[in-house]
Amino acid sequence: MNGPLLSVRGLTVRYGAIEALHGIDLDVPEGRIVTLIGSNGAGKTTTLRTISGLLRASAGSVAFAGEEIGELAPHEIVKRGVVQAPEGRGIFPNMSVDENLALGAFTRSDSAGIAADRERSLALFPRLRERLSQSAGTLSGGEQQMLAIARALLARPRLLLLDEPSLGLAPQVVATIFRIVREINAAGTTILLVEQNARMALSVSHVGCVLEVGRIVLRDEASALAKSDSVRRAYLGGE
Amino acid sequence: MTKLLQTAMDAVAVGSLYALIALGYTMVYGVLKFINFAHSDIFVLGAWSSFAMAAALGWTKAGATPPLLGGFAILLASMAFCAAAGIAIERFAYRPLRGAPRLNVLITAIGVSLLLQNVGQLPFVFGTQPQRMPQLLPDRVLASVAGVDLRLVDLIGAGTAVALMLGLEALVFRTKLGRAMRAVSWDVKTAALMGIPVDRVVAFTFGLGSALAAAAGLLYAMKYPGLNQPAHATWVLLGLKAFVAAVVGGIGNIRGAMLGGLLIGAVELFGAAYFSPHLRDLYVFTLLILVLLYRPAGLLGRAAVEKV
Ligand SMILES: Nc1ncnc2c1ncn2[C@@H]1O[C@H](COP(=O)(O)OP(=O)(O)OP(=O)(O)O)[C@@H](O)[C@H]1O
Ligand SMILES: [Mg+2]
Repeated sequence: MNGPLLSVRGLTVRYGAIEALHGIDLDVPEGRIVTLIGSNGAGKTTTLRTISGLLRASAGSVAFAGEEIGELAPHEIVKRGVVQAPEGRGIFPNMSVDENLALGAFTRSDSAGIAADRERSLALFPRLRERLSQSAGTLSGGEQQMLAIARALLARPRLLLLDEPSLGLAPQVVATIFRIVREINAAGTTILLVEQNARMALSVSHVGCVLEVGRIVLRDEASALAKSDSVRRAYLGGE
Repeated sequence: MTKLLQTAMDAVAVGSLYALIALGYTMVYGVLKFINFAHSDIFVLGAWSSFAMAAALGWTKAGATPPLLGGFAILLASMAFCAAAGIAIERFAYRPLRGAPRLNVLITAIGVSLLLQNVGQLPFVFGTQPQRMPQLLPDRVLASVAGVDLRLVDLIGAGTAVALMLGLEALVFRTKLGRAMRAVSWDVKTAALMGIPVDRVVAFTFGLGSALAAAAGLLYAMKYPGLNQPAHATWVLLGLKAFVAAVVGGIGNIRGAMLGGLLIGAVELFGAAYFSPHLRDLYVFTLLILVLLYRPAGLLGRAAVEKV
């Protein structure tokens, strides 16, 4: 396959009368980390939810590994390897950490492979191992975010969608999470990262896109974007 | 002593039937967040389809003796039939309304309930005459304690109800499918992101709840063989009490439905035996009001703060 792993074209999404995305184009090349940055209400979550099939686009297309997935049910999209750790973490607080992890592997039946991936996830997030039987609702915010990512890994993603993993977390925890995001990518998983924390996101990503009220206004190498004046002014607080 | 023992046995028998029906209300509420008012009609369908099958086999004639396992065969058949009916109702009446305002779904449920009641009364379906259910389960007096007969049929009835509940508990809390049901019931969208086929899980939940209601229908008719016509008010009241059981236990909570059913059975039958048999409905609804006042989420409901 030569084209990008994920290719979004002219994606338009509306909530009733309100159009939240006005035809965006987005490519995620295999093996890369692409970050989509933008402020509140820009349409970042809407983009990810549409890719995952939770929302239907009113126009445009989403292609994954060369296949059009825009009409597929969410569980079919997960089966193809597009897996999301959603905004707000979306853990099941009434279930144990272990059960949450097991749900991540729902589409799979290769128990040996699941066990191996579970080990790999727990090696990335050792704090989860100590809390396997604890109810997920009693985890700290940072631990819940770790669980959300670890759980997504159990689906064996080819493309991992992360919606604001840094939300509401202390700086050290954010640093840990971003370090692990890089490790996951280094091990071969392509990542589309959505963030408001532009500085952090750009520092770990290869490519960055800036989303402003439903339109992609800038797109460049992440390092170049981090230096660009307009991005510094609008998203990096400054100078 | 005699009275106490008799009442306790009846309370368990009736309470476990309420529990079986309440499970269907609570599971459907869990996955779709609406009250399936047609659920009590599935219970009636369970009782009446069992009767129709028994009649077709000639077991309702005077002096007929159904074979030893005939009752269980009918139990399984009517559970399967009602499961299919429940799945069809979800597919054609409720699924098109996924995402519609909840009031629309509620009104549709009432419509489905009226449809089932009226179709059931058609002359070529069950008709409008009461019938007498034959005893399909083996029966004899096993023992007499303090003048109370311990009957085999009561034991089988309560045993079946308890076995079904234990089976459900194992399914929901120990299997992958059960975990998927709990995930859907917590949050449909997140469940979908796990790769869970939500529509199929919802259909399965309807089928399962309907099968349990069917079992309750047959077991109820074993205990009270005078079968009222399908749209009779007594059925509605029974369904309503099972619904109360689900609310008392905490709607959406499976163990709550079991607890609620047994509690409602106990309150109703002990009240009837020791205060006045005319006020049995009053005891049930008083319990409901008290629970709603002091524990609005139900005894085992999601009352605790679960911040996500
Ligand atoms: N369910 C909804 N109904 C109506 N409008 C919505 C809905 N969800 C989002 N919107 C609107 O769509 C726009 C984009 O929202 P979205 O959640 O995608 O933004 P976001 O970039 O993820 O923001 P944040 O950084 O705050 O998470 C906003 O204007 C929002 O108000
Ligand atoms: Mg968002």
